[in-house]
Amino acid sequence: MALRDDKVTLAHGGGGKAMRDLIEEVFTSVFQPPGMEDQARLQAEALAEPGARLAFTTDGFVVTPVEFPGGDIGTLAVCGTVNDLAVGGARPLWLSAAFIIEEGTEVALLRRIVTSMAREAEAAGVRIVTGDTKVVGRGACDKVFVTTAGVGVIPPGRDMAAARVRPGDVALVNGVLGDHGAALLAARGDLALSTELESDCAALGHLMEAILAAAPNARAARDLTRGGLASALNEIAEAAGCGIELDETALPLRAEVTGMCELLGLDPLYLANEGRLVVFVPPEEAAAALAAMRTRPEGEGAAIIGTATPEHPGQVRMRTGFGGARIVDMLVGEQLPRIC
Amino acid sequence: MTERKGTEIRVRGQVQGVGFRPFVWRLARDRGLRGWVLNDAAGVLIRIWGETAGFTEALRDEAPPLARIDRIETREVTENPPDGFEIRASEGGAADTRVTPDAATCPDCLAEIRAPGRRHGYAFTNCTHCGPRFSILRGLPYDRAQTTMAGFALCPACRAEYDDPADRRFHAQPVACPACGPRLWFEADGVELSGDPVALAVAALKRGEIVAVKGLGGFHLACDARDPAAVGRLRARKHRPAKPFALMAREADLDRLVRVTPADLAALRSPAAPVVLMPARGTLPGVVAPGIDTLGVMLPYTPLHHLLLDAFGGVLVMTSGNLSGEPQVIDNAEARAKLAPFADGFLIHDRDIARRLDDSVLRCDPPMVLRHARGRVPGVIDLPEGFADAPEVLATGAQMKGAICLIRHGQAMLSHYLGDLDDPLCLSEFERAIADYRALFAHRTSHVAVDAHPGYRASQIGRDIAGREGLPVTEVWHHHAHMAACMAENGWPLRGGKVAGIVLDGTGLGPDGTLWGGELLLGDYHAARRIAHLAPAPLPGGDRAAREPWRNAVMRLDQAGLALPEPLAALPVQVIRAAARAGLNAPLSSSAGRLFDAAAAIIGLCVQAQSYEGEAAMRLEALAGTAREAAEVEDQTDGPQIDPAPMLRMLCGPAPAAERARAVHLWLAQAFARRARKLIETGAAQAVALSGGCFQNALLLRLTLTELSGLRVLIHRETPANDGGLALGQALIASAQSM
Ligand SMILES: [Fe+3]
Ligand SMILES: [Mg+2]
Ligand SMILES: [Zn+2]
Ligand SMILES: [Zn+2]
Repeated sequence: MALRDDKVTLAHGGGGKAMRDLIEEVFTSVFQPPGMEDQARLQAEALAEPGARLAFTTDGFVVTPVEFPGGDIGTLAVCGTVNDLAVGGARPLWLSAAFIIEEGTEVALLRRIVTSMAREAEAAGVRIVTGDTKVVGRGACDKVFVTTAGVGVIPPGRDMAAARVRPGDVALVNGVLGDHGAALLAARGDLALSTELESDCAALGHLMEAILAAAPNARAARDLTRGGLASALNEIAEAAGCGIELDETALPLRAEVTGMCELLGLDPLYLANEGRLVVFVPPEEAAAALAAMRTRPEGEGAAIIGTATPEHPGQVRMRTGFGGARIVDMLVGEQLPRIC
Repeated sequence: MTERKGTEIRVRGQVQGVGFRPFVWRLARDRGLRGWVLNDAAGVLIRIWGETAGFTEALRDEAPPLARIDRIETREVTENPPDGFEIRASEGGAADTRVTPDAATCPDCLAEIRAPGRRHGYAFTNCTHCGPRFSILRGLPYDRAQTTMAGFALCPACRAEYDDPADRRFHAQPVACPACGPRLWFEADGVELSGDPVALAVAALKRGEIVAVKGLGGFHLACDARDPAAVGRLRARKHRPAKPFALMAREADLDRLVRVTPADLAALRSPAAPVVLMPARGTLPGVVAPGIDTLGVMLPYTPLHHLLLDAFGGVLVMTSGNLSGEPQVIDNAEARAKLAPFADGFLIHDRDIARRLDDSVLRCDPPMVLRHARGRVPGVIDLPEGFADAPEVLATGAQMKGAICLIRHGQAMLSHYLGDLDDPLCLSEFERAIADYRALFAHRTSHVAVDAHPGYRASQIGRDIAGREGLPVTEVWHHHAHMAACMAENGWPLRGGKVAGIVLDGTGLGPDGTLWGGELLLGDYHAARRIAHLAPAPLPGGDRAAREPWRNAVMRLDQAGLALPEPLAALPVQVIRAAARAGLNAPLSSSAGRLFDAAAAIIGLCVQAQSYEGEAAMRLEALAGTAREAAEVEDQTDGPQIDPAPMLRMLCGPAPAAERARAVHLWLAQAFARRARKLIETGAAQAVALSGGCFQNALLLRLTLTELSGLRVLIHRETPANDGGLALGQALIASAQSM
């Protein structure tokens, strides 16, 4: 083992041998990119199909704590970008990964993160083909920041877009909501909460393929990240120019998450997820989509949660248990109390 | 030549559709005057020739019951008079006249339905002195074709009354009789039952069933108030475990239910016929208003109510027919669909309700309006001196107890109660009401005023309107608006000097980004600054803290370094403490309402949750009412931060619960009154204004008034101290700032 230090120092970012050792030991030996050039050179057969389109996305990841129950920043960095490609109807193929590392970060932590990334990438069927590392002084970042970019291919004839959602379409999610946000809140340690919750972090490419095979006319999908289901649905309602009506009793929620939300005064509809999506399909394909989702582990808890409506365009409403309804808003900054 | 000299009299105010012209006609004929009277766009115009002395005085003194005269202007005219006195056809639109509020059945009509005759037992009897107005109005000018009576063609007998200036039904737009008017029936399971509908409804009520009754501004759910099982069933079906139910009783039964003062009786008998809160005598089952020492009672206010109560012979719970949080149901089909799970039968009719109006609620001692709605709207408030040239402002109010205010021609018009805007139906109702009021009052909006809270839907809607119409928006701080509403109601002039505002409230956004609600402000319509306030504490869980009193109790006790009493310690206090420390959804607030909640929870009331807004404070007030004196609270200093620690120490002490409850009220009253008095004594302020939702608490208001005795004090009498009156303050502030 050429790398002797157990913590990253500024020298590891200096461009000399220390840096080469770090990259080879920790990164390239695990990711095994093709060739040694500073760029990935990729075969584009998938694109050669007439009508196929290239999908390209990028995302930066910062999370506290860097490791949490059910994953770490590496899992997030792969799943997040894979999911961004997948919900647009693309088959994810290649990723890049850039790391900003804080001086003093444990090398062992980096190894764990990189291992997570390699494992997630393999499971998702994508390859990490290029990357970069930078080291910054203490306090200039928090342990490690990761940026991934992803390239995928949208097969000919596929056109997923929020604007295609129309009244009558059925909304489905692939599992319980808010696990990631709740697990992270608990993992922060300052809330005196002890839970068994784990992040829902998962790559959803295979799930999307299964959905599209069963529901070829699926209109649109969104991965539920920051802002949760509520924000994703508001974006869709806005883009589609129709209303969305949720059924509160149909929402898959874990008692532990709702209990925690009640204590903290939070709404699980706004909690972050990292392995959840919402997909809109025409009503006649809803049953097939639901069944297809349930065949996969990432879709075990799938449920039909609502429909798009011609009424109240642009607005998301939820029918509550007692036959009432409430408006599910787009979150504007921090929610200040409104009860006077 | 002398007989060509006459007098022209212009009468402004609420003078159309109330029998004003026939009144003038009779007055002139009795005095042998010549001339004419007509309705026009500005009100009523009269010209008289002859012995006119004392005529304008008589106009004021003897005006019909529903008339409200704002101004009478006279001038001399010289022209040939007509032969006698006549009522002339209306001229012009009705742009500047007032729509009349709905009015309770008058004594004449009541006598008519009880006596033999063609309107015996007729549920839709009315005349120019009573009956539906705003609730059936579809548009202006106010005539039958523009009301929901349009589809009922007058029979010859009714037509004759309508056309006869000597008849009290002259031009009474909703006039009707069984031959030509609306029809009443009783249905169950969607099927109309044959037989007398009132008798069928009474039989159902006597069986302990719940009957949906179509009233003036919406449907009520009625049941026998003396039958605890029936009331319990209504609570279970409505998912309303504890919120007090309003009652309807005949005047003769009032004394058995409540202690009635002459002021209460006058309010109950007024054409507005509101729900009046009065001390309960404890003769009804507790389930009607659990843990509360007052009952809200109204008298029957439509012929249908009179017929129902006469036949029933008891006291009815009359609660609004709606799903919890939703607006009251007004449409027959909607009622069948939505109220079927609650009601065993429907007493229903075919006169449509054009406007959804809840019952108004008030208290006479001390005077306060808790809900401004049916019978009170549309009413106007003359703006104080200095506001004659105020621009046409639209103010959109707050998030809860939605109500808007329009300013026009030196008057303010505060809308009826529109509910809490989190409910989608209330929200659409709110948006409709804005359009409705603007159209009815031909409002040419030039400014929009909104609460500064970015998350209030009312503020968002106000901004949207301003954006669409290119109008300037004034953002108003919540508690400044409360204070200004109180000043405006009391006619405080624009340049009347500074006022000390004691604003005790739930929460509203303050200029420092924290949530205010226990404030002593000093200012005028233009601006106000904070002189003193309750020491802030976190609201762990945000709005959850408003529903769960224990959260506030834990924060306040921690702050004061006091141990948690038993029932509190058993709750998940570590988590909310940690959330407050971490600043996770735990904004700071100086709210007096939340301090009341904390106090209630420490005493053991509504510890874990309130089942309705204000429950903890209302129970605390009721408990305090049973104490002769207040527990002792040690003295404290007079800083700008009012530290509740001494009061909290008292709460954790050994005094009887009722005396501790009373001491909470007294401590708050004293802490703020003492500081306000100082502002008057130093000449910084000319008067003290009391506003904010906490002043719906009669004990707090009474104690504060006592502490302020000898000073000029402004209180809410005609507009709600709660957020239902906020728009009035917003409108005045926006006007002041734009002039
Ligand atoms: Fe308020
Ligand atoms: Mg993304
Ligand atoms: Zn009458
Ligand atoms: Zn008739």
